[in-house]
Amino acid sequence: MNGIEHALEYWYPIAMHNELSNGQTRRARLLEKELLLSGGANDSLTVTCNERPLALQSAFDHWWVTLSENPLPLFTIPEADEAERRFVPCGVVRVACSPLRAVENFLDIAHFPFVHTDVLGAEPHTEVYKYDVKIDESKDEVIASNIRFYQPQAAKSAEGGIETEYIYRVPAPMVAILYKTCPQKADAMDVIALFVQPLDEQTCDVWPWMALYDDTSTMADLIQFQQLIFLQDRSILENQIPRKLPLDPGLEIPTRADLTSISYRRWLKKRGAYYGALENC
Amino acid sequence: MSFTLHNYVLSGNCYKIRLMASLLNVTYESIAVDFHPGQEHKSEPLLQLNPAGTLPVLTTTDGTVLTETQAMLVWLAQQHDPSNSWWPVHSKPQITRVVQWLGFASRLTATVGELRLHSMLNKPVNVTAVKTGAKVVLRELESHLTEQRINNLQWLTGDTPTVADIACFPYTALSPDAGIEHDDYPAIRRWLHRLRSLPGFITMPGIYELHELRKPDGYTVSDATL
Ligand SMILES: N[C@H](CCC(=O)N[C@@H](CS)C(=O)NCC(=O)O)C(=O)O
Ligand SMILES: [Fe+2]
Repeated sequence: MNGIEHALEYWYPIAMHNELSNGQTRRARLLEKELLLSGGANDSLTVTCNERPLALQSAFDHWWVTLSENPLPLFTIPEADEAERRFVPCGVVRVACSPLRAVENFLDIAHFPFVHTDVLGAEPHTEVYKYDVKIDESKDEVIASNIRFYQPQAAKSAEGGIETEYIYRVPAPMVAILYKTCPQKADAMDVIALFVQPLDEQTCDVWPWMALYDDTSTMADLIQFQQLIFLQDRSILENQIPRKLPLDPGLEIPTRADLTSISYRRWLKKRGAYYGALENC
Repeated sequence: MSFTLHNYVLSGNCYKIRLMASLLNVTYESIAVDFHPGQEHKSEPLLQLNPAGTLPVLTTTDGTVLTETQAMLVWLAQQHDPSNSWWPVHSKPQITRVVQWLGFASRLTATVGELRLHSMLNKPVNVTAVKTGAKVVLRELESHLTEQRINNLQWLTGDTPTVADIACFPYTALSPDAGIEHDDYPAIRRWLHRLRSLPGFITMPGIYELHELRKPDGYTVSDATL
């Protein structure tokens, strides 16, 4: 077994709200199964797999689907209820990599100066200072906090470089959420999430989503800022070898910055989340 | 501001214009169009500007609207290159070759560009046809660049870069985004490298700065595109 049974227990993003109009259909793939999406009246959606209708729910501007009869509950993002935020679904990007690698890369700040040069990082500010990682037992989530990093342009709304604070949450194996200093609102943090739809162990569709305080940028500007960053990651992700994520230390040399990554891999292993991992369980 | 560009950050065609403007040190106003997921380039206001529903669109201060990238490159060079080297008006044989390669650039968009949009944004295309087409086009470019090298010419149409090099650069450089690596194309690799060394060169996602132009010790990802 490669962990697919474990993966089947979760909810996955499959479409944005209002993406399919009434009568419009689209095919999709999830965990190696072929799905059919059909738009209905009043922005409704049905999803079937071999003509069997699947359970659906709506959250964070996306439709979430599960293949399980008895799924785990969907994680929560309390900031999604804060009406003053701008909610920005950024569309979908296909990446030829393991869904776990897409999450792991999102958690890694050390690559900022080299991959997102002059935006999320810049030389010589390459040092990753000490930060905290723990497993939140009550929610069973990986949490990394107290992360500080110098950023030339932390967000579309940033005017010049700032030291940014980050917090990361991994509430499900294929979901990563970050909170970062909001350049426009001193006491608040912007929220950026990656919702990953696994097509198979080596291909995923990634749906970035943001909940920001920014009342100056246009929607197109906000989306393109996020796409610029994510597409820089995409070419790196597609070149990572092996394609699947190794959960055992030693196969790849971890650097000091990889504390979050190490915890994430351990947490995956502990819960049997081997889908997209190099090792079989 | 010399012009306005309706722009999409992931578009190789929009990048041609951003790159040419940067190489010529020209500033301009950029308007972000929600190409994906919003399909804004197919919306009524944009279709009025460009009935073809494509990006980029360049509008000049005197009201001229250009919707073909190759024409935009020529316009930029005519306006902002006093040396007349990017659009070599003084050499009739060279300018013929430049126009030839400007036309070739459209074939790159139609093959590599489409395959890339399919691989990245799941655009429905005839995958077999565009993949085969992409390899044919890249092979043609590779042979031409090899021949140029034998004649001691570093660029597509002569011994200086022209708008033709800029027109053919983005989708050739971005072919790994579409799953076509550069390993089999050594002459293309050398030409991409040369182009990335030009003063004023700028990047886009999938096209990175050259390692050797960065500070020592800096880990970079340039090898992925070299
Ligand atoms: N007008 C042509 C085509 C430009 C083009 O194909 N642009 C792409 C984006 S890179 C586009 O807008 N595609 C949308 C479509 O073809 O529907 C040119 O300038 O070379
Ligand atoms: Fe990144």
